[in-house]
Order: sequence, then C-alpha cells, then structure tokens
Amino acid sequence: MSEPVIRVVALGKTYPTAVGDFPALRDVDLTIEAGEFVAIMGPSGSGKSTFMNLLGCLDTPSSGDYFLVGRNVAHLSRDELARLRNRTLGFVFQGFNLLPRMNLEDNVSLPLVYAGIDRRERRRRARSELDRVGLGEYAGSLPSRISGGQQQRVAIARALIHSPSLILADEPTGNLDSQTSEEIMALFGALNRDGITLVLVTHESDIAAHAARQVRFRDGRMVSDQPTPKAPATC
Amino acid sequence: MLRAMLGEAWQAMGANRLRTALTMLGMVIGVGSVVLMMAIGQGAQYAVAQTISTMGSNLYIVISGSTSAAGLRSGGGGGPTLTVADAEAIAELEGVVNVAPVHQGTQQLVHGANNWSSTVVGTTPPYLDARAWTIVAGYPFGDSDVRSATRVALIGRTAAENLFGTDDPLGQTIRIRQSPFVIIGVLGPKGQNLDGRDQDDTVIIPLSTAQRKVFGTPFVGSVRMIMVQATSAEAMPAVERDMTALLRQRHRLREGQDNDFFIRNLAAAADSAAETTRVMSVLLGAIASVSLLVGGIGIMNIMLVSVTERTREIGIRMAIGARERDILAQFLLEALMISIAGSLLGLALGVGGALLTNALTDMAIVISGGSVLVAFAVAAGVGIFFGYYPAHRAAALDPIEALRHQ
Ligand SMILES: Nc1ncnc2c1ncn2[C@@H]1O[C@H](COP(=O)(O)OP(=O)(O)OP(=O)(O)O)[C@@H](O)[C@H]1O
Ligand SMILES: [Mg+2]
Repeated sequence: MSEPVIRVVALGKTYPTAVGDFPALRDVDLTIEAGEFVAIMGPSGSGKSTFMNLLGCLDTPSSGDYFLVGRNVAHLSRDELARLRNRTLGFVFQGFNLLPRMNLEDNVSLPLVYAGIDRRERRRRARSELDRVGLGEYAGSLPSRISGGQQQRVAIARALIHSPSLILADEPTGNLDSQTSEEIMALFGALNRDGITLVLVTHESDIAAHAARQVRFRDGRMVSDQPTPKAPATC
Repeated sequence: MLRAMLGEAWQAMGANRLRTALTMLGMVIGVGSVVLMMAIGQGAQYAVAQTISTMGSNLYIVISGSTSAAGLRSGGGGGPTLTVADAEAIAELEGVVNVAPVHQGTQQLVHGANNWSSTVVGTTPPYLDARAWTIVAGYPFGDSDVRSATRVALIGRTAAENLFGTDDPLGQTIRIRQSPFVIIGVLGPKGQNLDGRDQDDTVIIPLSTAQRKVFGTPFVGSVRMIMVQATSAEAMPAVERDMTALLRQRHRLREGQDNDFFIRNLAAAADSAAETTRVMSVLLGAIASVSLLVGGIGIMNIMLVSVTERTREIGIRMAIGARERDILAQFLLEALMISIAGSLLGLALGVGGALLTNALTDMAIVISGGSVLVAFAVAAGVGIFFGYYPAHRAAALDPIEALRHQ
C-alpha cells in the first residue's frame, strides 16, 4: 500500500490550434492511493477529459510528470504504454466503444488477445466477467442487440478482464438514463469495495456522491479536492 | 493469437462482401492471366524445344552457290558448285562426325491409284545419324545401295499414311518419276520443323539413285547441299572455319574472291528460334504482371479506405492495449488474405483457361509447379507489399487521435 496508484506533478497539456497553443490543462498536482474512489467534476471544457486521457496513457502530457504505480510514463515506449493500457488500467468511455461486429464475449476478451492469452482461457475469463456484470447469457450477441446500459456494463467487463488495479471512466453514465446510471454506479461501487481504484468523470453531483473524494476542475486547473460531504439522502 | 487474428480478418472481409469480392477480382484476373500467359509461353518454348530436338544437333548445311558458263557466280541458275568429293573431304576434317551430301526436291509419289506429293531426299547413310532419325520398321539402306544406285526408299509417316492408309508400307513399291522404288524402312515420326513444315512428309532414297532417276544433274558428282554434323557445340566454330578454308582451296578461289557456297548454322537458327520464344514468353508474362500490379494497387486502395473508415476501431483497440505490431499484423493479414484468396481463385481460373486453350486450339500448354508457385509467391508478395503501407499508416496512428475520429 506504499505506492500511490496515481501521482501527477505539475501536469500540463496544451493543444496547438489555429490561433496558437491552447492550454487545456495547467499545473495539476494530484495523488490517488490504491483503493480510492475519486470523482472528477467541472464545467464543460474545463479539461476533465484531457486529464483522463493523460491518466489513461492515451495521450502524452506537454509538461509535468505522471507516475502510474510509481513508474514515470514519460520514459515509456509506445509498446510499454500499450502494455499499461492493456493490463494495469481499464478505460471506460462515455460512448461505450465496443466493436460493433464482434459479439460480447469477443469484445470482452479482446484485451486478452493482445496479451497473448490462449483461446480457452480467454473464453473462460470473458464468461466470468460477463457473469460478474450480469450479462452472461448475452455472450454471443452483438452489441447492437443490447441496451446502452448493458453495453456500458460490457465495456466495464472488458476493462476488468485483466484484473487491473485502476479503472478510469470518462462520463460513463453520460449517455444513460438515471435509472440505468444508478445501476452502473452500483456496479462501480461494488468494484471499489473489491479493492479497485476508481477515477470517474461526471457532471452530476448525485453520481459524484458515490465517490469518496471529489476533485473539481475549472479552466484547466484543479480548483478543489475534498472528501464527499456526508449529505443526508435527499433523493 | 494468430487464430483470433485470422478470424477477425475473415470477419472484416465478410463485413463488406461486395468490396472484398471486387478487390479480390483484381487479384483473380492478375494471377489468372499470369498463370495462363506463363502456361502459353512455356508451352511455346516446349514446342520449340521439341522441334529443335527432332532437327539433329550441331548441324551445318553447306549450300552450293552456282556457276554460270562464263564462270561468274550468281544467286540462281547454273550448276551447283559442291561435289560429292567436297563432302568426302569435309568428312576428313577434325571435329566432324557425319557428312551427307543431299539432293532434295518435291516429287509426286504414286502407289496404285493413290498419289501424293512429298519431299524426296537423295542422300547417303550418315544423313539418318546426323538428323537423329530412327527406323521403326525395316532397315536403312547402306553404302552399297548408294554405290549401285538401287531403287530402295525409306518412308516418313505422313507420306506412308497418304499412300497406304493403314496398310503396312514395308515391301510395297512406289513410283517416283516412273521409277519403281521398294520401301525397305519406315522412319520414326518427327513432327514439324521450325518453319512449320511436316518433316514426316518425306521419302529418303540413295543419292545416286535420286540423281540418276529422279532429279537428274548437270554433271555427275555435283550436289546442291551437304549436311555436316560436328562432334559438339564447342567444335562448331573450328569446323566452320576449317570447312570454309577447305572448300575455298578445293574450289581454287583466290584471295578476295567471294565464296561460291553458303554455310548455314542450323544450331544457331535453333538457338535464335528458342530465344525468340523465350522473349515472347517473358513478354507475355510481363504484360500479365501488369494486371497483377493493378490488382495489388486495388488492394492498397481498399486497405487505405478501410484504415480510414476504421480509424475509430483502431483507436479502441489501442486503448485496450493493442501494440503497433498488432495493428500492423491485423491489416497486413487482411491484405494477405484477400490477395491469397484472390490468387487461389486466379490460379484455378488460369489453369482452367490454359486447359481450355489447349482443348480448343492445338497450342501447347505447359503448367509447371514452378510457375504456379511463382504466381502464388508473387501474389503473396503483392499482398504484403501493397498492404504494408496502409497497415503501417494504421499502426502509426496516435491512440487519442484515432479515438476522436468520427
Ligand atoms: N484535440 C484538441 N485540440 C484543441 N483543443 C482541444 C482538443 N481537445 C480538447 N480541446 C480543448 O481543450 C479544452 C478542454 O477539453 P476537455 O475535452 O478536456 O474538456 P472536458 O472538461 O472534458 O469537457 P466536457 O465536459 O464537455 O467533456 C476545451 O476547451 C477543448 O476545446
Ligand atoms: Mg469530456
């Protein structure tokens, strides 16, 4: 429990645009310990997705350092970054991002293909992850045949397949109705109780209320970092 | 891993069947035409090689020029300048195995009510050895037949079929210019020569008999041509040089005077015929290869479109841990599968086309395992070569850029 899962130091990201460099993220310092559940909030355009993409090793920072489980990712090759995305963390997108022509089982087990795991084992693990998110019976269906909430659960199963220590989710409930959102959040809650570190972006405070810690962004800066207030249940 | 990737490539191919089929069609036509053209080209080479092997090896033909009464030499008219004695002298040269003076011409052959026009060759026994001509029934004539000008004949297959039908020609009598000849031997079949003439449409008789009874000759002992066989291809240049010197000396030609004979190198003619067909077959192959190239460009085109269309998919794959080489392999495999499937179909089409060509025309067709293998290797090469650039483009994508792609 010594090494924080995430430690960012003076992290910044600027995008080159037609009118000059645009600083989407400035000087962010943040440490997240193993087992935490952190919600990231902030208005649109405040840099939340930019930050998540950096955490997910999908993008590279313009300045500052990012230590993922103690390793400075700036020093890693493209292949090593791919390996981190494959095994160390799982990313859940707002738009699910399942491959439309593959059935659910193949979608869930795809990360295992890139890890060189054999077919039998892939199948076994994909089934067990699908069971875990309650969709075992749909293993052979195509993503287009199930609802959005179900698709997001499949995406979560895919993120979980390598038993990562960290799950990053950028507005995972952004495309879902509130009922379904609650089901997804319940699933995340259960995963967190199993010890998985969770970082989740949301616009909605009742979603953020599931997290133990809330971080706010504004104009590319981190403006607050507090434990979730123990609010009386209002809804 | 490979199995999963093969399955995915198969799925991707199936996702847009018409497009995959059209892309494949380019390869089908490319490989099909290469296989067909190679079959035709190699068939032609084979046919020429066959013909050359029936001609006899390392042969020269010495053809007489002609002298007029005034002693001037000209291209036509007048009597032949070569003699049987010249032939005998040539036979003494080093590097010469067989020498046969030849007097030949077209004559009417008559047997009963049948008659047939055929090439009559008057020559001496070494002729058969020089031409590597076998006797399949009966026996050849000998030197004594030439000395005593007996009326015996060896008959080729075509002439025999036309005069005797299915009857056995051995021992039968034919008439040439009223003279009766007894057939003592039947020649083995040879087929066409390089000029396309049927070599089996022939009758071979002793030189002396031919000159006395059939052709007549301006003066005794002269001949129109002499066939000379050298011991080996290496010996040929020396033989040609010695022969020229010998004949010039025997014909008493002064320094600066033109030869009164021509030496034609049949081996060289054969080589040039073989070379011509080889060039033709390379050309055919080259033309066909262009369509293979076009097929390859078709694959590249479609793979580029596919990479663009699937940029988001590539982003997703990268986000869940696909390395560059995984993406590269995926698209390369797809290109390879299209080109290999296309070439298999093309192979079937090409072989089918070749067999059909063979059935409908009398063109010789050679389908060698080598050419099939080459076509296949080239197709796989085309798949890799033209698939590499699109696959590389896909693999080099930035994960976040690819994910943002709509
Ligand atoms: N590729 C890019 N090129 C240029 N500017 C970009 C790029 N991506 C994001 N930006 C800008 O960076 C800023 C932060 O964007 P980001 O997507 O991180 O915001 P966000 O907090 O996730 O917003 P939302 O809540 O709408 O998802 C925005 O002003 C956006 O216009
Ligand atoms: Mg965002």
